[in-house]
Amino acid sequence: MSEAVASGAAVSEGLSPFRLGLARVRGNRGAVIAFWVVMFYVFVAAFAPVLVRILNIDPYALDREAINDFGLPAGPMGGISWDHPFGVEPGTGRDILGRLMYGARISLLVGAIGTFLTTVVGVTLGIVAGLRRGFVDALISRLGDVTLAFPSLLLIIALANPMTQRLESWGVPAGNTARITYIMTVLTLFGWVYMARLVRGQVLSLREREFVEAARSFGAGTGHLVFKQLLPNLWPQIIVFVSLSLPGYVALEATLSFLGVGLLAPAASWGIMLGDSVRYYRAAPTYLFIPGVTLMVLVLAFNLLGDGLRDAFDPRSDRQQL
Amino acid sequence: MIYFVLRRSIFAVVLLLIVSAFTFVIFSALPSDPAALTCGKNCRPEVIESNRERLGYDRPLIEQYGSYMKGIFTGRTYGEEGSSIHCPAPSLGYSYDRHECVTSLIASTLPVTASIALGAFVLWMGIGVGLGTLAALKRGKWQDRVATAFSVIGVSLPTFFLGLIFIMVFVIWTGILPFPRYVGLTENPFDWFMALLLPWFVLAIISAATYVRMTRNGILEVMNEEFVRLGIAKGLSRRRLIVTYVLRAALVPIVTIAGLDFAFLLGGALVTESIFNLPGLGKLTLAAVVNSDLPILVATTMVAAVFIVVANTVVDILYGYLDPRVRAK
Repeated sequence: MSEAVASGAAVSEGLSPFRLGLARVRGNRGAVIAFWVVMFYVFVAAFAPVLVRILNIDPYALDREAINDFGLPAGPMGGISWDHPFGVEPGTGRDILGRLMYGARISLLVGAIGTFLTTVVGVTLGIVAGLRRGFVDALISRLGDVTLAFPSLLLIIALANPMTQRLESWGVPAGNTARITYIMTVLTLFGWVYMARLVRGQVLSLREREFVEAARSFGAGTGHLVFKQLLPNLWPQIIVFVSLSLPGYVALEATLSFLGVGLLAPAASWGIMLGDSVRYYRAAPTYLFIPGVTLMVLVLAFNLLGDGLRDAFDPRSDRQQL
Repeated sequence: MIYFVLRRSIFAVVLLLIVSAFTFVIFSALPSDPAALTCGKNCRPEVIESNRERLGYDRPLIEQYGSYMKGIFTGRTYGEEGSSIHCPAPSLGYSYDRHECVTSLIASTLPVTASIALGAFVLWMGIGVGLGTLAALKRGKWQDRVATAFSVIGVSLPTFFLGLIFIMVFVIWTGILPFPRYVGLTENPFDWFMALLLPWFVLAIISAATYVRMTRNGILEVMNEEFVRLGIAKGLSRRRLIVTYVLRAALVPIVTIAGLDFAFLLGGALVTESIFNLPGLGKLTLAAVVNSDLPILVATTMVAAVFIVVANTVVDILYGYLDPRVRAK
C-alpha cells in the first residue's frame, strides 16, 4: 500500500503534507518501535509454516507426552520446556508457541481484510455522497444513520451461526472459511459509516477549493477529479483512520472467537485459546497469560502506531504541539 | 427550539420503525425455521404446524410485523380459547424455548444490566474525566505521562482479557473477592455491590481510557480559546477559571458521547456478563444464540436499538439546546 500512497502524494512536489507527516512519524520514538513490533508480527505470521519447522514445533500435533494423566501440562509453568518454549495446551498437548504463530495469521488476516473492505466501501460512499450531494448524499447519510442505530456487536453475535449456515448453503466452503466470510461481511456492513462520514466532510470542503474548481473549468472528468485531485488530499486522513481501526478489528475477532461465535477449533485463533483457558484457571495460568499478552501487545502496537500517525497527519494536532 | 425537538423526535420514531422492520426481516430470512425450534428434535410434524399457526409464522411477513408492532402497544394472545398464551403489553413475543413471554424475560434481566452499566458509567466518568483533567493541567509532567500510558494501555486491553486477569488476581490468587454471583440490590445491597465491583472496574478501566484522552485534548483546546485569555487578563483565580469556564466548555462534547456509550452498554454488556456470569441482557442474548431462540434475539436487538436511538435523540436535543448553531442545520 505504501507504494500507492507515495505516488499519490507525489502530485504536490516539495514538502507535501504527506512527506511532512512521514518525517514527523519518524521522529516519534514510540511510533517507530510500534511499527517494528507490528512488522515482527507480520513476519512471524507470514513465515509461520517455515518458523515452526525451524523450531521443530507442530501447532496441530497432539503431544501426549507433554500432558499428564489429568490432561494438564506436565512440568512446571504450563509445561514450558525446550520442546515447547511457551508450554502446551491443557487437554490436547498442542504446542502453544506454534498455535500463537498461526493465530497471528488469523488475527492479521481478519484485521487487514476487514479494514481494507471497510475502507474501500467507506471511501467510495463518502466520495459519492460528497461529490453528488443532493438526493444521493441524503440517501447515503440516512443509510448511515440507520446503520448506526443497530446494536452492532449484539447483532453480529446473534446472526453468526445462522448466517454462516446460509453462506454455506450458498456454496461458501463450510467451516472457518464461511465464518471468516461472515465476519468480514458484517464488519463491512457496520463499519463503513464512520469512514464515509469522514471522507464526505472532507470532499464537501475540498470541492469548493480553487484547485478543484480549476481542474473542473479545464473540463476534468469525474475520474480525474476523484483520483488526481481529491484522493491525494484524502490519503492522510484515510491512513490515520485505517491505522486506528485495525486494532479494533483484531480485538473484535478475538472477542468473537472467545465467545464461541467467531472461528472454531482446531483453528489457532488467539480468542479460541483464551476462551479455552477459562477452564484451566488454576492449573495452567500461563495458558491464559501468554496468548492474552500476545494479543494485547499487537493491539497496543497498532494503537501506538495509529496515535503517532494521527499526531503527524491530523492538522488539528498541530495546534496542540505549539 | 420546539420545532427542533419535534423534528428530532419524529426522525427518531421513523428511525426506530425502519430499524425494527429491518431487524424483523433479517431474522425472518434466516435459514432456521422458528416453528421447528418450538419443540425438541423428535417432534411430530403436526405439533410444528400447529405451533406455526399459533405463533403466526404461517402468515405473510408484513402481517407478522404488523401484529408484532401492535402487540407492543396492546399485548398479544397466541392460540385459540382454552390453550391460549397471553403476553400483556408491551409484548415483545413469546419464547417457546423458555415458555415465557419475552417481555418478562427482559424485565428480569434489565436490572442486572442497568446495575452494571450505571456503576461502570459513574466510575469511568470519574476516572476518565479526573485523570484527563489532571493530565491537561500537568501537561508534560509525570502525571500527564502516567495518564497517557493508562489511556493507551486501557484502549488496547480487550475486555475479556482484563476480566479474566481480574478474576485470576482477585478471586483465584489472592481471594480478596468472591466469584461474582449476582444478587438483587433490594435483596442484599452489600452482596450486590461485591458482585458488581469487578465488572464495574473492568468496564470502567477500558472505557475510561478513551475519556482520559478526550478530556485532556478537550481541555487543552479550550485553554487556547479567547474567553480563557480574557479570564486570565481579568485576573480570575486559576481554580475558578478552570472549574467554571474551562471544564464546562470542554465537558459538553464528552458528556454527549458518554450518553451514547452508556446507551450502548445498556443494550447488554455481552462480554462482561459472560465472563462474570451475570444474568443480564447480554447473557440472555448469548443463551438465545446458543438455543437459536429467535423471539428473544429479535427483542433484545430492538430493545438495544431503542436505547441507542433514544440516547442519540436526547443528546442531539441537548446539544441543540447548548449550542444554537446546531439547531439551524
